[in-house]
Order: sequence, then structure tokens, then C-alpha cells
Amino acid sequence: MKHLVNWLVAVFILTASINANAQDVMIARSKLAFPEAMSALQNTIIEHSYTLSRVQRIDIGLTKAGYKTDMYRVVFFGKHEELKWMSDKYPGLAAYLPMKIAIFAEQGETVAVALNPKHYSDVENQKKLNIIFRRWENDIKSILSDFRKAD
Amino acid sequence: MKYTYKLLLLLLISLQVVAAPNGQSLYLEHCAACHGDDGKGGVGVPLSLPSFLDRVPDEYLEKTIRQGRTGRVMPAFSDLSDAQLKAMVAYIRSWSVKPAPLYVSNKINGNNKAGKELYSQHCASCHGEDASGGKGTGVTFSRERSLPIIAPSLSNAGFLDSASDHMIKDTIKNGRQGTPMNSFREAGLSDQQIDDIVSYIRSLEKKPAKTKEQSLRANLVYESDMSLKNTLETVKKAIVGANFRIIRIQHFEQGYVKKGKEDEKKIIVYFCNFNMLNEALAIDPRVGLFLPCRITLIEQEGKVKLVSINPATLSKKFNNDELLKLCDEMTSLYESIMEEATL
Repeated sequence: MKHLVNWLVAVFILTASINANAQDVMIARSKLAFPEAMSALQNTIIEHSYTLSRVQRIDIGLTKAGYKTDMYRVVFFGKHEELKWMSDKYPGLAAYLPMKIAIFAEQGETVAVALNPKHYSDVENQKKLNIIFRRWENDIKSILSDFRKAD
Repeated sequence: MKYTYKLLLLLLISLQVVAAPNGQSLYLEHCAACHGDDGKGGVGVPLSLPSFLDRVPDEYLEKTIRQGRTGRVMPAFSDLSDAQLKAMVAYIRSWSVKPAPLYVSNKINGNNKAGKELYSQHCASCHGEDASGGKGTGVTFSRERSLPIIAPSLSNAGFLDSASDHMIKDTIKNGRQGTPMNSFREAGLSDQQIDDIVSYIRSLEKKPAKTKEQSLRANLVYESDMSLKNTLETVKKAIVGANFRIIRIQHFEQGYVKKGKEDEKKIIVYFCNFNMLNEALAIDPRVGLFLPCRITLIEQEGKVKLVSINPATLSKKFNNDELLKLCDEMTSLYESIMEEATL
């Protein structure tokens, strides 16, 4: 019986890992119009225990500079302890922090895009950091999933 | 007894994992963000367009999903199982009441030379003289909303491997209603002339050039011997000197701690060149991940480090060849700004 359980565990782990399909650029679409989708995105980021530090209004800058554009914003978020520790210990990582999600209108719908945090290991590839990057990846997956399902 | 519980639990989990794949769920997870929940298109092409769906076989869709389009945004979903792939295609197919078309698989033997002339005359204006396709992606920034599709790259290895000669011929003959692709039979081309164009397009098939794998760093790091205050001033000057506008200077921790409690030795300088930004968004609306341009200054043990992303490395994640050139340029600009600031 014990062997059977072990065998099933192995099969489960193998199958689960086959199904894990990590994208480089994570992207999700919401059926909501931009203002509602933006609100849903900010809510889910906060629900995932992150602090929203600011929103960069790319579209406003472009419009002021004379270009036509649809709604386009970048949302910055993170956890202070992690940001402080990482930027102290690994200043090279600060270039990518805090994390961000770009959000833009696409006709009546809205698209959100994030870089997969697993790529931060291209800057610093350390076991303890990779554990955090993996957690961030899962958090962003979950945030984008909430964003997609929000109504 | 405890093994029985474990076994039952694992069986339940395993059953979920190995259950028949749900095409709709897979589509929503992997495709809808670009192609839209209902396949009407967006960053990606409109899949539910009847003139597309009713004229492409399942094999074309399967190969396209599996291989993607190198350098044209559409990624390769090589990790999907055959069953998942078929389930996704069946879901996409469900948007049409018509069955998938079938094309004979034999090669069309037209006259390449004549085909080249005809291609240049009838196709190059949309698909490009080198058949590399229309520019840009996405309905938001890169094209008028009345145009539901960017002309595909006909020389792309993924396209040529996915499309049979007879599928290409059918497309040229009948066009794609609802897109700028007209019927060239109605435009007066004979069967022979269309065969010539198909042969010419097929002659463009070549294996993707092996690009030299460059080991680029994901960030750019420079060191300054000056104080943080003086380095900040030289960074600002260098940014303005490179034709960028400084849009914001803030502490790295701003927004995460109370005002006045931020670490004053970590500063972010945000800057922008709106012309370049507009150009980048037209190429790929996902470039928000590079935005806004920024250099972070961190003082540690009397030394000041300047760090930024490396756009040339980051751009490789986007599978968009058009973006590479612009990002190489951006990397050079970042380097020159940081070099000048640290002289």
C-alpha cells in the first residue's frame, strides 16, 4: 500500500509539473471597461497583502505631449520589508522593484500585463531569492486571475 | 487506515489533473488575453471571424498554437499536451457552425519568378516586400480600429509550416471578408497566377536564422565616486542632455513608509521621451513593463550605484522582433546616460 501511495504521489507531482506553463510575459483580459477594471486590479493587489505605492498615468503624459492614446496606466506595488531587504542586500534588483502591472484599455475591455518575476533571477540567481520570486509569480498569477474574473 | 485516506485524497487530486481537458478553460487561460474571450481579437488576430475560421483546417490551428510565430508576438505553447491542444482547437471551432475545411496536401507547382512579380504587384503593399507582414500589434495603439487585423508575415517559418499550399491558395482566391484581404479571384487573377504566388510564398520558407545567443545582463549597473547629491545632479543633466524629460524624482520607499521616514539613500529618477514612448506603444502595447524609464540611485558604504533595467534583455521576453531594435537603442541610451553621469 505504501508503495502505491508513493507511486501516486510521484505521478501527481509529475503531472502537475507538466501542467505548469510559466509565461514570460503574464497577461490577462477583463471584460470590464477601464475604470472598473482598474479598480478591480487595485482591490485584488491589496487583497493579496501588497501595498499600492502609486499609479503612473502614461496616457496623460502622452496626451499632454500631443499624442493620441487610449487609457494606459502602470500600477506599482510591493511589500516594504521585502523591498527594503532586497534593495539593501541586492541593489541590482532595485531596477525591477517595486513590481508593476501595466493596464490598458482595449476598446470596451481592459488588458493587464506583468513581467513574470521568475526573470528577476536573471539579475540575482540565489536559492532564497528564487523562493520569493516563485511566490511573487504565484501571487501575480492569482491577481491576474481575479482581474480576469472580476465583474 | 491512514494510507486509505491518503490514497483517496490522491486519487481525487489525480482524477482532477488527468481529467479530459476543458477547451474553454484552456482558451480563457492561454489565449483570451490577446484574442479576446469571444475570439474577436485584440493584441492577437480575430479567430472567430467566419472568413478565417471557416477556411483554416484544424491542423493549421494546432500547428500555430504549438509553434507560435517566432518574432511576431504569438508565443509557442509547446508545453500543452496533444489532448489539451485538440480541446482548445475544438473550442475555437465551436464558434462556427461549419465543419473544419479539408485541403489536399499536395504541393502547388507554380512559377516562382512570375509569382514574385505578382506578389510585388498585389501583396507587398500589405504583407511587405519581404513578406515579413504588417507592422505593430494590437488594436489599441498600432492601427485604426476599423482594421481588425494586421497583415500576417507570410515568410514566417511558423506560418509556412502551419499553412498548406492549398490553404494559402484558398485565402488568396477568396480573401478574408471583414479584413483588408480581398479576393484576388474577383480582382481578376487566374488560377495559374495564384498558383505562381503560392509557389513564390512557399519559396520564402527557410529555417529561422540561428541567432547568436548573447549572455546579456538583465540590468545595467554603474558606480559613481561622487556623493549621492552630486550624482543625482549629473544624472539629471545627462537625462536632459539625451533628450528625455524628467517626470518625477522620488525616494525608493515612497508610498511604503510614512512621509519623511523613507531611506534617503535610495532615489528613483523617472524620465521619458514621449516620441519614443509613442513609437514603442505602436509596436507593442505590452511595453508598459519598461515604463516609465528610470534610473535608481543607491548609496552604500560611501559609493553610489546607478541601476536600471536592460531593455535589450527584457525585450527578448516579448517575442516581437520589431521591439528588439528599439530596445537595443534604449539600452544604448541608458548606458550613455549612466556613463556620462558617472564620469
